[in-house]
Amino acid sequence: MQKHLLSAGDLTAGDIARVLDTAAHLAKVTDRAIKKVPTLRGRTVCNLFFEDSTRTRISFELAAKRLSADVINFSAKGSSVSKGESLKDTAITLEAMGVDAIVIRHGASGAPWRLAEWVQAVVVNAGDGTHEHPTQALLDLYTMRQRFPSFDGLKVAIVGDVLHSRVARSNVLALTTMGAEVTLVAPPTLLPARVETWGVAVSYDLDAVLPKQDVAMMLRVQLERQRAGFFPSLREYARLYGLDGRRLDAMADHAIVMHPGPMNRGVEIAAEVADSIERSVIADQVANGISVRMALLYLLLGGPEVTT
Amino acid sequence: MSGPAMVLDGADVHRALVRIAHEIVERNKGTDGLVVVGIHTRGVPLARRLAGKLEEIEGRPVPAGALDVAMYRDDIGMRPPQATHDTELPFELAGMVVVLVDDVLYTGRTVRAALDALTDFGRPRAIQLAVLVDRGHRELPLRADYVGKNLPTAPDQAVRVLLDETDGSDGVVIEEPTTKAVAS
Amino acid sequence: MSRLLLRGGRLVDPASRHDGTADVLVEDGRVVEVGSGLDGTGAEVVDCDGLVVCPGLVDLHVHLREPGREDAETIETGSRAAALGGYTAVCPMPNTDPVADNAGVVEMVAARGREVGLVEVFPVGAVTLGQRGSELAELGAMARSAARVDCFSDDGRPIREARLLRLALEYARAFDAVIADHAEDASLTDGAQMHEGEVSAMLGLAGWPAAAEEMVVARDLLLAELTGGRLHLCHVSTAGAVEVVRAARARGVRVTAEAAPHHFTLTDEAARSYDPVFKVNPPLREKADVEAVRLGLADGTLDAIATDHAPHAREDKEVEWATAPPGMLGLETALAVTLTELVEPGYLDLAVAVERLTVGPARCRRVSGHGGPVAPGAPANLAVFDPAAVWTVDRARLASRARNTPFHGRQLRGRVVHTLLRGVFTVCDGQATR
Repeated sequence: MQKHLLSAGDLTAGDIARVLDTAAHLAKVTDRAIKKVPTLRGRTVCNLFFEDSTRTRISFELAAKRLSADVINFSAKGSSVSKGESLKDTAITLEAMGVDAIVIRHGASGAPWRLAEWVQAVVVNAGDGTHEHPTQALLDLYTMRQRFPSFDGLKVAIVGDVLHSRVARSNVLALTTMGAEVTLVAPPTLLPARVETWGVAVSYDLDAVLPKQDVAMMLRVQLERQRAGFFPSLREYARLYGLDGRRLDAMADHAIVMHPGPMNRGVEIAAEVADSIERSVIADQVANGISVRMALLYLLLGGPEVTT
Repeated sequence: MSGPAMVLDGADVHRALVRIAHEIVERNKGTDGLVVVGIHTRGVPLARRLAGKLEEIEGRPVPAGALDVAMYRDDIGMRPPQATHDTELPFELAGMVVVLVDDVLYTGRTVRAALDALTDFGRPRAIQLAVLVDRGHRELPLRADYVGKNLPTAPDQAVRVLLDETDGSDGVVIEEPTTKAVAS
Repeated sequence: MSRLLLRGGRLVDPASRHDGTADVLVEDGRVVEVGSGLDGTGAEVVDCDGLVVCPGLVDLHVHLREPGREDAETIETGSRAAALGGYTAVCPMPNTDPVADNAGVVEMVAARGREVGLVEVFPVGAVTLGQRGSELAELGAMARSAARVDCFSDDGRPIREARLLRLALEYARAFDAVIADHAEDASLTDGAQMHEGEVSAMLGLAGWPAAAEEMVVARDLLLAELTGGRLHLCHVSTAGAVEVVRAARARGVRVTAEAAPHHFTLTDEAARSYDPVFKVNPPLREKADVEAVRLGLADGTLDAIATDHAPHAREDKEVEWATAPPGMLGLETALAVTLTELVEPGYLDLAVAVERLTVGPARCRRVSGHGGPVAPGAPANLAVFDPAAVWTVDRARLASRARNTPFHGRQLRGRVVHTLLRGVFTVCDGQATR
């Protein structure tokens, strides 16, 4: 594995399998009386979150603590107006403090790449702008693997605002690496340029695609996208691309619904569907998120330090 | 540069396990309150075989478990992260005598990691150690209670235990170094 | 020493169609004789064997940042960078603070350039007040000022309203001045960070489609045709734009156009590192666009190479991509990049390359006294370079105050040895004289 985890595209199929296997073993730590192993004792992991995300931050924090690492939380809402000096100055400070890993969530695509230029620590991308969220993709794959024996030929539909979704990009990369068949479903305005070069199928018709899928991953649609004119109204979006009871019934019996959370009831997911699946989706997210992040921290920090 | 030399063949391995099983029964006056836990990787099939032999001798089943020590090693950060395996301890440890099983006892560091791992799961009444081969060169003050064969070795030699479950046949071989060897 | 003999160099002077070994005799700031075997008595003799002698380079499009952002560059540091790049004339854009939309600021910029004395500064005035795009600035006052501005631009910003560009093109005819437009449809590029394409889609950065430039180029050409005004197109970067200009020229539309070295060398792939040194407006485009710009410079559709030298304070570029201002340095590397990327692979021969860097730009507006011809009576604004010298760009060793060169670490062929401004060395043996 490479020194940093910046993009899901950096991981080979072997790397991904290794992360998932290790996560499966580490999942058992949660079931013990002593929910800790001493593996990363004496290491320091810094959560550098420029965007609010309590769930992801706590997930990383718990993962690090279960490995006996020390955790510092740095919550900085940097704005573009502040010339980003917060990022480089912060990096220099953390470097001087001698942290071993920095988990960064930032509103600007590419911020983790810049951070990696300025620090010796291992950098983990916890979400950068509209670019990637590799640990989310790994936990999504872990969830899929719990229910399906193999990724090879697994039919996964990713539905919604692909253009602005870092979860979508990372999942496309990881799933195609593992041999899954990915279909993107969205209005044309919410698909990225040249998406046909991504090794995925593309459709504007959810009803045609959904019954054949093993997994339906519903992306969150942000309200400002409607205001920016990407689709005429939330009502029309929900009608064409929302997962409602009718569409849920049309799915195969073995198929599962996933959502990176939090859900927008009435938009990408109808209220009644949300109620019936929300609990299991969230439960998977939380438990699997910690296991996957433990596995990642172990694999990234458990070896000799790589100086760049 | 000689090739690997087989110092124990399949029959030797079998006899050693039978003898160890008898020693365990003798020392613990039976198998009541006893569990066998193998250290990944080859300690696990050895533990299962031992549990089977103990059952043959005493006529009652002996629980067997598996312990992964990757997370407890003392060389984390010194070599690439080791592969992890499942830990299965389907029994309460409190009040039990745990017989830890491994294929080779060498520096003692793996056993130390296993002791730490085990105690994170509970507090056994006692822990005993059974190994198929003791090759000497301890780096920690640890010893085995049951030894299949004592094999004096040079540090640059490699000792390999082969088991039917993992390698297709049983045996113990010593490999001479072909280049300057690194003690593991 | 007021007498100087440049001996034995290859004199490449496109304005007089000269390309061959010649001596150039300079006295009191002017060329007095060009020929072979000239008598050097009483003159300082400069051996130019193996070197190319040409008119001093002319840059139609630079940002000197003074007044207002002297932390990024000053007229002095920018002039020094220009001289080291072989330039004797530069045209600084008006997007300073205060904006150069009146006689006072343009005169101050020109005067400061004279005071520094390393290049001749020909300021570009703003088209609209404050470059806000709503009211015309006093073009006449600037044209009649001591700075004699004959080129106006709102560069950095597009002139959004066709009506306003039309008025500017018409009004400027009174002064025979050029309107240089930065062609960009702002509604299509709102929030854009780089070129829209396969790379931007993967990098999660909002994109600037090529069409946003081409649409406005087409509009500007139609307005030039309508008004009979003099139009110049800044930093043309797309294949479509080159094509539209080529077709308009063929129709007889009066237009000149420039391209920047980064647009004929780098592509949007450079953005994958997320290093904002590669962030620029218009953005780095795709391979096909780079190729089209090269061919456009080759066949003369694009008249000039202009650097769009855009210095930024170091900390301004050491940030996340989205936060960084666009712009790249260009003055010190333009000649070498041109030789390495256009001449060496055979897109242009040396004489044409020199043309696009000297008389080509000089003719886009009135940059009098620069660009050649190198002939008796002409001011001795000259450059001497070694076309074979190989060097590696080191951003820490640039004369510019800023460091944002996209060519850091790149090996280039071609290096300026001497630059002369009115017969006086501004650069001697590769070092600035002051």
